[in-house]
Amino acid sequence: MQALTFWQKIYLPEILRGMAVTTRHFVTNLFGQRHTVTQQYPEQPTQVSERYRGRHRLMRKEDGSPRCTSCMLCATSCPALCIHIQAGEHPDPTVEKFPIAFTIDELRCVFCGLCVEACPCDAIRMDTGIFALAAYKRDHFLYPRNLLLGDDLPTNIAEGKAPNH
Amino acid sequence: MAKKLTIDGKEITARDDATIIQAAHEAGMTIPHYCYHPKLSIAGNCRMCLVELEGRPKLEISCNTPVADNMVVFTNSPKVVEGRRGVLEFLLINHPLDCPICDQAGECGLQDYYMQHGLYHSRFQEEKTHGRKVVHLGPDVVFDSERCILCTRCVRFCREVTQTNELGLFQRGDSAQIATFPGKQLDNPYAGNTVDICPVGALTSQDFRFKIRVWFLRETRSVCPGCARGCNINIHHHDGHVYRLKPRQNDEVNVTWMCDAGRFGYTSINVQRLLQPQLRQGDALQQTTWPTAIAQMVEAVQRHGGQAVGIVVAPQGTNEDSYLLARLASAVVQTTHVVLYPGMPGDEDTFLIRADKNPNTRGAQDMGLPAPATADQLTRLAQAIDQGAVKVLYAIGVDLVAAFGAETVARWATQLDCLIVQASNQLPGCEHAHVVFPSATYAERDGTFTNFQGRVQRINAAFAPRGEALPAWQIYTRLAQALGQAWSYAAAENVLQDIAEAVPAYAGLSYAKIGDLGWSFTHES
Repeated sequence: MQALTFWQKIYLPEILRGMAVTTRHFVTNLFGQRHTVTQQYPEQPTQVSERYRGRHRLMRKEDGSPRCTSCMLCATSCPALCIHIQAGEHPDPTVEKFPIAFTIDELRCVFCGLCVEACPCDAIRMDTGIFALAAYKRDHFLYPRNLLLGDDLPTNIAEGKAPNH
Repeated sequence: MAKKLTIDGKEITARDDATIIQAAHEAGMTIPHYCYHPKLSIAGNCRMCLVELEGRPKLEISCNTPVADNMVVFTNSPKVVEGRRGVLEFLLINHPLDCPICDQAGECGLQDYYMQHGLYHSRFQEEKTHGRKVVHLGPDVVFDSERCILCTRCVRFCREVTQTNELGLFQRGDSAQIATFPGKQLDNPYAGNTVDICPVGALTSQDFRFKIRVWFLRETRSVCPGCARGCNINIHHHDGHVYRLKPRQNDEVNVTWMCDAGRFGYTSINVQRLLQPQLRQGDALQQTTWPTAIAQMVEAVQRHGGQAVGIVVAPQGTNEDSYLLARLASAVVQTTHVVLYPGMPGDEDTFLIRADKNPNTRGAQDMGLPAPATADQLTRLAQAIDQGAVKVLYAIGVDLVAAFGAETVARWATQLDCLIVQASNQLPGCEHAHVVFPSATYAERDGTFTNFQGRVQRINAAFAPRGEALPAWQIYTRLAQALGQAWSYAAAENVLQDIAEAVPAYAGLSYAKIGDLGWSFTHES
């Protein structure tokens, strides 16, 4: 390694150069053009990409019943083991089965989207744009079927959603 | 005389009356098949087991072609592969492609062979035929005719094994389907086996249907505790919960079958379990710790002396449990009031089901417990309690109400100084106990059962005991230690080592020697 010169050893020139950059940004942002990347969340709404993986929702068939057939491929592919499905015998024998209970533990979920990839009938999506979930109890993050379907509204939980979704 | 033939370049020797598929399987080679089953007659209708024979122009089905000397068989030649693919394509013509919702998915012959041998793109443009869905053939068997490939294994099972002839193959061509004969139901005591042998998703079990996908299940080798037969089984479980039992092949015991009573007996592992040691405080049983519960019994024993202790035990425990209990009773507690209560005998038939509904009546006696109690012996114990000669009763896995009557048990609750109930489930009479010891079920511990034939068979722990339950041999060890004995067993296997030294009939026995299929001392001697 090359030995440091006197000026390098005392560090002062480099500190002054750094301070110059900081001061330049400070002055331009204070008086001139603004380049700040800080978002004033939540006063200023957050925009997320269209492919952003937000909180899950369950889709419906044309007749309004859940599209899910409880094949459990989502639960199988889930690396966080956060999907719990209880299947029941469907009254229509050609449909075979349907989810009596479909619970996602949103606290365990890693939002990887593998469940959406795995679903053979597009019954689960993550396109809600909901990215901020807040509640006082862990239990409230166990999202039941009707909440995921949109039948029930979240009561114990606050959800922050991107405005472009 | 044995026949010598070559399969895929490997020279093998086969039995005279073997068919090619049997010879191959015995030599450790597999040939894909649906309708062939080693324990049923040959039907030869699925055509999946095609092989090429040198010198013959056409492919032959290996399940129905007898072996011959100098036969040269190819199971994977291009011609065979092509033929097999064609057969699979025909079998799948009318088969719905809805594997994700089919309960067989994951253990389906069609799925497996398609991935191994098919892998074509469907050329079928026409509308598939639609059959009957969700037909309840019997109390537990659900039939889906669209998924059926008409291999007739289930028909042959009912004709040949149970000889009850409920099922038949009706109609022809596309309309052909399996059904029960008019007025009949698939309700024989072995009906559940049709679900096991169905290679596709046509027959499913109402009990198991939709509960869990099979790929989540783990298998543990065990023995059915439902009767003295001791059918070899696999416990299918996930996350400490048993979902189903499947029979495991053991030609000496249960061939490859099991009865429905045994098959659905698993529920006691999942529900109404005793999970905590309990101690009576006033009118109610309160949860306590193991040391407290053990101390409670030990104090009662020391207060009244060994001869005032009565032990009534059901032959549900393993040999290891029974051996330690016999030693505890005779050498440590020193009581003669020991009664083996086998419960009421049940149904029996000439095939598998035995009247003795305990898995280890024979083993319990081999280990030094008395012979099953007669009504007289039970009465004598009851009298000893009523007269105050017995002040401490230790009931192990026994339905006290069935054995002595509800009123008597209620009376004993005040009459006895200490009534200890040890069980894995909430049994009738439990509520009168002063101390409750929760014990592990057969799915939660290691050990051996000796069936009525004198065959020692191994059970394996599928998962850790629920709650604070302990295997019975551990409870006995703790009791003996609390009574001042220097017993120390790290595992059930250590107990068996003692048994192998102490019990002549079991001399030299070890878990390795018992293996997966059991060990019969009657055959050896």
